Amino acid sequence: MKLAIKLAFRNLIGAGLRTWLNVIVLSFSFVIIIWMKGVITGWDHQAKIDMTNWQIGEGQYWHENYDPYDPFTLNDSHAPVPEILREEVRQDSMTPLLISQGTIYPQGRLQSIMIKGLDPHQKIFHLPSHKLDTTISDAIPAIIGSGMAKNLQLGISDRVMIQWRDTEGTFDASEICITDIFSVNVPAVDQGQIYIPLNELRSMLNLEDEATILTYNNVRTDRSDVTGWIHKSKEELTSSVDELIKVKTAGTSVLYAVLILLAMLAIFDTQVLSIFKRQKEIGTYIALGYTRREVVGLFTVEGTMHAVFAALLSAAYGIPFLTWQAKNGWTMPMDTSEFGMAIAQTLYPVYSAGLVAGTVLIIMTVTAIVSYWPSRKIAGMNPTEALRGRIQ
Amino acid sequence: MENSSIIKIENLVKKFPMGKGEFTALSGIGLTLSQGEFAGLIGPSGSGKTTLLNIIGSLDVPTSGLVKVLGQSISELNAKESARLRKENLGFIFQSYNLLAVHTVYENVEFPLLLLGLSSGERKKMVMDALEWVGLTDKIRSKPPQLSGGECQRVAVARAMVKKPSIVLADEPTANLDAANSHNILKTMEELNRELKTSFLFATHDEKVINYLHRKIFLLDGRIDKDEVVSN
Repeated sequence: MKLAIKLAFRNLIGAGLRTWLNVIVLSFSFVIIIWMKGVITGWDHQAKIDMTNWQIGEGQYWHENYDPYDPFTLNDSHAPVPEILREEVRQDSMTPLLISQGTIYPQGRLQSIMIKGLDPHQKIFHLPSHKLDTTISDAIPAIIGSGMAKNLQLGISDRVMIQWRDTEGTFDASEICITDIFSVNVPAVDQGQIYIPLNELRSMLNLEDEATILTYNNVRTDRSDVTGWIHKSKEELTSSVDELIKVKTAGTSVLYAVLILLAMLAIFDTQVLSIFKRQKEIGTYIALGYTRREVVGLFTVEGTMHAVFAALLSAAYGIPFLTWQAKNGWTMPMDTSEFGMAIAQTLYPVYSAGLVAGTVLIIMTVTAIVSYWPSRKIAGMNPTEALRGRIQ
Repeated sequence: MENSSIIKIENLVKKFPMGKGEFTALSGIGLTLSQGEFAGLIGPSGSGKTTLLNIIGSLDVPTSGLVKVLGQSISELNAKESARLRKENLGFIFQSYNLLAVHTVYENVEFPLLLLGLSSGERKKMVMDALEWVGLTDKIRSKPPQLSGGECQRVAVARAMVKKPSIVLADEPTANLDAANSHNILKTMEELNRELKTSFLFATHDEKVINYLHRKIFLLDGRIDKDEVVSN
């Protein structure tokens, strides 16, 4: 094996440009696959961090009737904060959110929205809730996301009519004043959402002390359902991201397969050409004391060594490139706010040792198989014909 | 090995399939070669010289008959054993040199020693000795495409001789060389035969080579026509 490696090294170096063309193509596969996988992992990280910071904290209690996909459940999805959780609310490690359906009329147009009552002093979400801690004599202070503001053409200090229905079923209306517009990568926090002070919404709905969702930021393993409230762990709440990442990973795997296929095609071609062109050399190896199986081994090692060289070349230019990307991120050329998923405009790739080792291992294995496949032909060659360079 | 005979052939027959029938390349060959001989298989094209040389070199097997090289029966060797025989005891020189084009002169000559698993120090000494025999110490970094035909064949001789094998099999070694280069090569081989007691067996129809041979075995249509020893 040591000798095969030594000879394969000499042969590849001696082959010059032919070797380097294959190595360059293969090294692109290494770097692009690691980079793309890194982007997806980075996206997964970013999406979960953003969801934690802006939407779900470290976990939530949902009112038992609450179904985020069925707005009709909202009328019955509220109850007083349970006694057992009140201490956490008092200590600011838990914050209540009351949710109701409503309608606003920007520039006379009708727009259905979710009205979310948020404690202006909460410390759990990155939402600028302190901007709700203001008194406006003839309007309700409200904050909205930049995507919503853009869609509705609303700016800070703009006023807009809001209509809602209280628990008795009575429609009521007032005016809100936009006190702040925040930028966020989580669409569920932005699109169609208006945040107003919690107590204001409670009084609008006649639901004193009630909430729809309770979000906490202290990690405890002993949490479970409370009467009337269902506990949702962070893992459950981010499972949609995991599903999305799984789908995206499956989609990009096709691209990886194409990249590897192109590189492998180059290696396969080289191997076939080598065996075709190097008949005399194969005969000489046998005459000098190699068995045919050892020559097959030599050619397989030679093919596989392309992947070793490619890994080294990839390290030479890939490490600086991937490090630069991890630091500066990849800014997507189109606006991501309308993608409908938690995705930042700039994604920061995250590379793990497993990702790099896995990619290298897969490419090495596939290269070894592709190198071995055409080399098996050597095992059936007649050495005397090979010595004369006769095509077999 | 009885009576220092290194090659013993009895009633050798070699047939090749041809179309629906067979072509007999060698028929009833009987031959014994002793240690240190400088002999040649002489005959026109198609007389079976190369086929016989290939069988002696364990690159091919007889259809029937006995071929013993250094006491080992070629027909009974498996792939590993015949590779070991070639690796340890046989040297080959080919008409078209068969050098490894991407390797340097040094690496080409070193190759048989790598197969023997010798240390780097031993290899270096033996390669330099071999290159000195053929007068190519100044070309160690050159690659075959940078050398003349004569130089290439000298590298091939050095490669065949570097491990000091018992037998060197040379198939038309001068066919691609001019008269001056042919004489140089043959002189070198004759000297090595004398100094190292290595046996040489040529396959040739080149007069220049025939003149150097100490034993001439004439082949005709796959049979030994004449076997004569030339007195020095």
